Amino acid sequence: MFIINCPYCGERDQTEFTCHGEAHIARPDNPSEISDEEWGRYLFFRENPKGTHFERWTHDHGCRRWFNVMRDTVTDQIIKTYKMGEAKPEISNE
Amino acid sequence: MSNQNRTIYGGKVNREKPINFVFNGKSYIGYQGDTLASALLANDVHLIGRSFKYHRARGILTAGSEEPNAIVQLGLGARTEPNIRATEVELYEGLEASSQNCWPSVNFDIGAMNNFLSRIFPAGFYYKTFKWPPSMWLFYEHFIRKAAGLGQSPTAKNPDRYEQKFYYTDITIVGGGISGLLAALGAGRSGCKVLLIDENPELGGYLLDYNFSINEKDGKKWLKKIIDELDGLANVIILKRTTAMGYYDYNYLTALEKVTNHHVEFSNTLPRERYWRIRSKKVILAQGAFERPLVFADNDRPGIMMASAGQKYLSRYGVLPGKSVVLFTNNDHAYLTAFEFVEKGAKVTVVDTRDLLNARISEKCKSLNITVYKSYSVIKTYGYKKVNRIEIQQVDKNQNQLKGEVENIHTDCVLMSGGWNPAVQLFSQSRGKLKYDLKINTFVPDKIIENQKIIGSNNGQFNLQENLNESFDAGIAAANELNFNSVEKVNWTGKEEIEFTHSDVEPYMLGKKKVTKGSKHFIDFQNDVTAADIFLAQREGYISVEHTKRYTTTGMGTDQGKTSNVNALALMSHIHNKPVDEIGHTTFRPPYAPQTIGAIAGRSVDKLFDPERKTSMHEWHVENKAVFEDVGQWKRPYYFPQNKEDIHQAVKRECLAVRNSLGILDASTLGKIDLQGPDAAKFLNMIYTNAWSKLEIGSCRYGLMCNEHGMIFDDGVTSKLGENHYHMTTTTGGAARVMSWLEEFLQTEWLDMKVFCTSVTEQWAVLSISGPNSREFLKDLTNIDLSKESFPFMKFREGEVCGVKARVFRISFTGELSYEVNVPARYGRYVWEKFMEHGKKYNITPYGTETMHVLRAEKGFIIVGQDTDGSVTPNDMNLDWIVSKKKEDFLGKRSFTRSDTVRHDRKKFVGLLVNDKKTVLPEGSHIVEKALKQPPMKMLGHVTSSYYSPTLGYPIALAMLKDGFSKMGEQVVVPLMNGKIIEATVTDTIFYDKEGKRNNE
Repeated sequence: MFIINCPYCGERDQTEFTCHGEAHIARPDNPSEISDEEWGRYLFFRENPKGTHFERWTHDHGCRRWFNVMRDTVTDQIIKTYKMGEAKPEISNE
Repeated sequence: MSNQNRTIYGGKVNREKPINFVFNGKSYIGYQGDTLASALLANDVHLIGRSFKYHRARGILTAGSEEPNAIVQLGLGARTEPNIRATEVELYEGLEASSQNCWPSVNFDIGAMNNFLSRIFPAGFYYKTFKWPPSMWLFYEHFIRKAAGLGQSPTAKNPDRYEQKFYYTDITIVGGGISGLLAALGAGRSGCKVLLIDENPELGGYLLDYNFSINEKDGKKWLKKIIDELDGLANVIILKRTTAMGYYDYNYLTALEKVTNHHVEFSNTLPRERYWRIRSKKVILAQGAFERPLVFADNDRPGIMMASAGQKYLSRYGVLPGKSVVLFTNNDHAYLTAFEFVEKGAKVTVVDTRDLLNARISEKCKSLNITVYKSYSVIKTYGYKKVNRIEIQQVDKNQNQLKGEVENIHTDCVLMSGGWNPAVQLFSQSRGKLKYDLKINTFVPDKIIENQKIIGSNNGQFNLQENLNESFDAGIAAANELNFNSVEKVNWTGKEEIEFTHSDVEPYMLGKKKVTKGSKHFIDFQNDVTAADIFLAQREGYISVEHTKRYTTTGMGTDQGKTSNVNALALMSHIHNKPVDEIGHTTFRPPYAPQTIGAIAGRSVDKLFDPERKTSMHEWHVENKAVFEDVGQWKRPYYFPQNKEDIHQAVKRECLAVRNSLGILDASTLGKIDLQGPDAAKFLNMIYTNAWSKLEIGSCRYGLMCNEHGMIFDDGVTSKLGENHYHMTTTTGGAARVMSWLEEFLQTEWLDMKVFCTSVTEQWAVLSISGPNSREFLKDLTNIDLSKESFPFMKFREGEVCGVKARVFRISFTGELSYEVNVPARYGRYVWEKFMEHGKKYNITPYGTETMHVLRAEKGFIIVGQDTDGSVTPNDMNLDWIVSKKKEDFLGKRSFTRSDTVRHDRKKFVGLLVNDKKTVLPEGSHIVEKALKQPPMKMLGHVTSSYYSPTLGYPIALAMLKDGFSKMGEQVVVPLMNGKIIEATVTDTIFYDKEGKRNNE
C-alpha cells in the first residue's frame, strides 16, 4: 500500500487513488489519417518495463485530479509525481 | 484432585482468584493469569487434540502463538471459534473449550486408524488423487472434505462488533520483549511518537520467564522500572494483546488487538477486536525468536514440549508439567530449564547430542544430581496418550549414525531444544532478504528494504548484554533519523546464568536410513508432515523448496510452520548434501497468525457493507408496497403490485396504463451531469458520436458515447440549457463512469478546453410522466405552455410545476407522449404526491423498472449493458443514424473502420418473434443455425432482451445475431435448457408504433 504524493493535495493513502495505466500516450491528432497499425499502437500497445514506469493516477477520493506517477516496478518506490502537462522526467541511471 | 501439577509456590498466577472452566465437558479450576494451556497442564490434562491427518494424540508443544498442536474449539453457539491456540487463550470464568479433529472423543478417536493406514496417505496424497484416475476424484473428495479441516465454523451470525482504527505514528515497534522495550525507551525519551505492539497480555517477553541480572541486581525489578517509565511517557502508546499481522509497502502494518476476547462478559460498549491499520515513518522489528524442535521418532506425543515452554509453564504459571523429566538438547542455554526443574522438585535427565560440555554446566549438573548423556540422542518414544518411556542411543556425528546399546529411560515429560529461529515472518513480508547463519544455524535478516530496523534475537542477536545496549541505541538512532534530539546513552550490564551459545547449535537430524522405516519423525506437527514425507517428495522430484512445501504441506497449517520450516529446510539440505542457503526458503505472506474475517470487515457489514442510495420519493414507494430492485447502489421500484398481483399481472397493468392513459416513473436515479464552459459544445462533439454544434438552446438530443475501441459504453439525452451550458443524462449505473470519462479527457488530453463538469444526479428528483393523457394532466399543474407548437418533442422548458421551479424535458423512453419533470430533490416527494392526487382522474399508475424495460423494448430502444456488452459498435446496434459522417473526429470514430469492426459476420441487433406466439425466450438464450441433440451447435447469436408484450399480446425479443440485418424475415431456432426447440422469425427491432407518431403528439 503506497503513500502517494498527490501534486494537489499532498501525501495520501493509496486507497484514495486509482491507477489508469501507462502515461504519456498522446491521442493522435489526426486519427482519420493514420494507418490501422498506428491506431492499433495507440489503442493496444503498452510498455511493461522492469524498472521505471510512468503511469496515470487519479485522486478519486480527494481532489479528483489526474496526474502522473513515476514508479519503479521492481522496488515499488514512487520516484516522482507530477501534474498533467508537465514534461516526462528523465530516468536517471543510478 | 485439582491443580495437582501446580508448584507449591512461584509463578505469577493469582492463587487467590480461582477460575472455573470446562474442557471437553469436564469442569476444572485454574487461576487468574493462567492460559487455557497452563491451566490444563496444572490439572494434568495433556491430551488436547488429535492431529490433522493421522489423528495422533497431541498435547501442548509450546507456550505461545507458534503452537501447532494444542488448538481447540473455543466458546459456544454463535461465538464459537475453531483453531484457537490454547497457549494464547487467557483463562476467564466459564470458559468452554473442546478438542478438535476427533470423533467420538479425544480419548477414543475412530480417525486414529489413519495412523496405521499411513502407507496409503503418503505425502502428496491429495495431488495423487487429482492425477489418476480422474473419475476417482469425486470418490476421494467425499472423504477428504470430511476428514480435512480441524474445527467447526459457527453456523449462526457473528453477534460481535469489530472496529478498525487508522493510526499514524513516527515509529512502530513490533514486540514488547527486552529489545522492543528498550528501543521504545530510547525513541520515547527522544520525544517522538512511538507505538509499541505486543501480542501478550504482559510486556517483557522472554525475560519474564528466565532469571537475569542487570548491573548485578535482580533483573525483574529493573524490567518493571523500564515498563513503568514507558507507561509514563505520553508519546509512547502501548498495545498489548495485539498481533502485527501484515507488513506491506511503505511501512504499512496491520495489527489485530484482542479487546474483549478474554472478558467474561461480552461488552456492549467495547468491540471484540480492533483492527489497526498503521502507517509509520519507521518500523523497528523486535519480535524475538522461536525455539526449534528436534526431530526424532514419535517426537509428537503429549508430554513432549519445547524446553522454553516448560520453563514458561514453570516460572510464569507455577506449573510443573512433569516430575521425571528428560531434557533433550543440542545447546547450552536449555540447561537453565533443567536447573529450574530440579529446583522445583523434578528429577531431570539430560540427553545432549554434543560430546563436549562447558565445565561450569557439567559441575552444576553434578551438584544437582542431573545425569547427562553426552553424544546421545533420543531415538524413539512410547506412551499412547502421554509419553512414558524413551529410548536413547549414542550418536556418531561424523558418520551420522547411531551406535552402541539402546537404553531406556522412564519419563513423564520430555523437554527439547534444537536452538532458536528468529521470527522473520514480518521482516520477510516487508521484502527483507534472509541469509543462513552458520553459527546459529538458522535464517537471519540480511538486507532491509523498508525504512526499518530489526533488533535483538529477531536479528539473530541472542546475547543479553549486547541486546540491551544495541536495542536502546536503535531506538535513539531511529528517533535521530527522524530529527528528534538525541538522548543520553546508558550502559547496562546484563547477565544470564548461561549465555546463549552460538556454536554447536544445528537442526539435528537422524540418519537417512532410520527415518524411512516405520516410526514417524515429525517435522510439521500441525500438518502431520514427517521426515519420511520430505524424503519422498525429493525422491518424486518435488525438489524446489516451494514444490516440497506444497507437495508435503509442510509449513502450510494455521501456524504457517513457525516451528517446522527451518527443520524442513535443514533436512532438505541434508538430503541433497547442499548448504541450506542453496535450498532457499519459502515466502512468508500475511497474515502472521490466523485472524478473524470479522476484524477485517470491521463495521462494513450489513447495512454498512455498501451504501444504499434512495431517491427523495423512496419512502412513498415503500408505503405503496413497491417491490424494489437494486440498480448499482440505487434502490429502484421494480413494480407496484396491487391486490396480490404477481409480477406479470402488475407489469401488464402498468404497461397498459402507460399506453392507454398515464403512467409515472421515478427516474431520479438517472445520472445527471451539468456541463458549463465556452468549449462545452466542442467537447460534446468529441465525446458523442453525433453533432452538437447546431443544437439550439432549449433543445434536447439523444447521444451515444463510444470508447476509443469504437464500442458503445453509455447513452443518454443531453439538453442545451443556455449558451455554454448543458445538462447531460447518463444511464443509472454508468453515471460515475461517464463522469470519470469526461474528466479523463478534459484533464489529460484536452487541457486547453474550458469546460467544467459537475455531478447533479442527487440534486434533481425526476418524475417521468408518460402516456397519451400526460399533456392534459400536466397542463393544470404548470405555467409552462405545453401546446404541441410551443413545446414540441425533444425540447426543454423551464417553469413552475406544482408551484416548484422545474425543468421539464419532453423526451420519451416509452414511445408515448412524455414529460420528464425535474424538480430540486427536496421537492421530489411533494410534487410526486401532488401528481398522484391530481392524476386520479387519469388513473395515474406508478410503474417500475420492469414496465419501463418492456415499454422501451416494444419500441426497440436499447439498454446499454443489457443489449450491449462492451463489444458492439453503433453500427452493430443499427444506430448509424446517430453517428456523424461529417465530423472529422470523435472518440471511437477511427475504430469504426478497423478490420474487425467492419467485418460482415459481426452480430447485429435484431428483433425476434417466436412463431408459437407464446414462449417468452429466456434472456441469454443461444440462437443456433440448426438444433442438434446436444452441443456443440453452430451459434448465430443470443437473446439480449425478452418480454411478454401486454400492448401487442405476444412475446417480443431483442437479440444479437450474426449478419442479422440481412436476415430479416428468416427463421432461426433457439434451443432451451429444458430441451424444447423454439422457432422464431427475425424482424426489425421496433415492434410498436414504427413511425414514432405517439411521442410526437
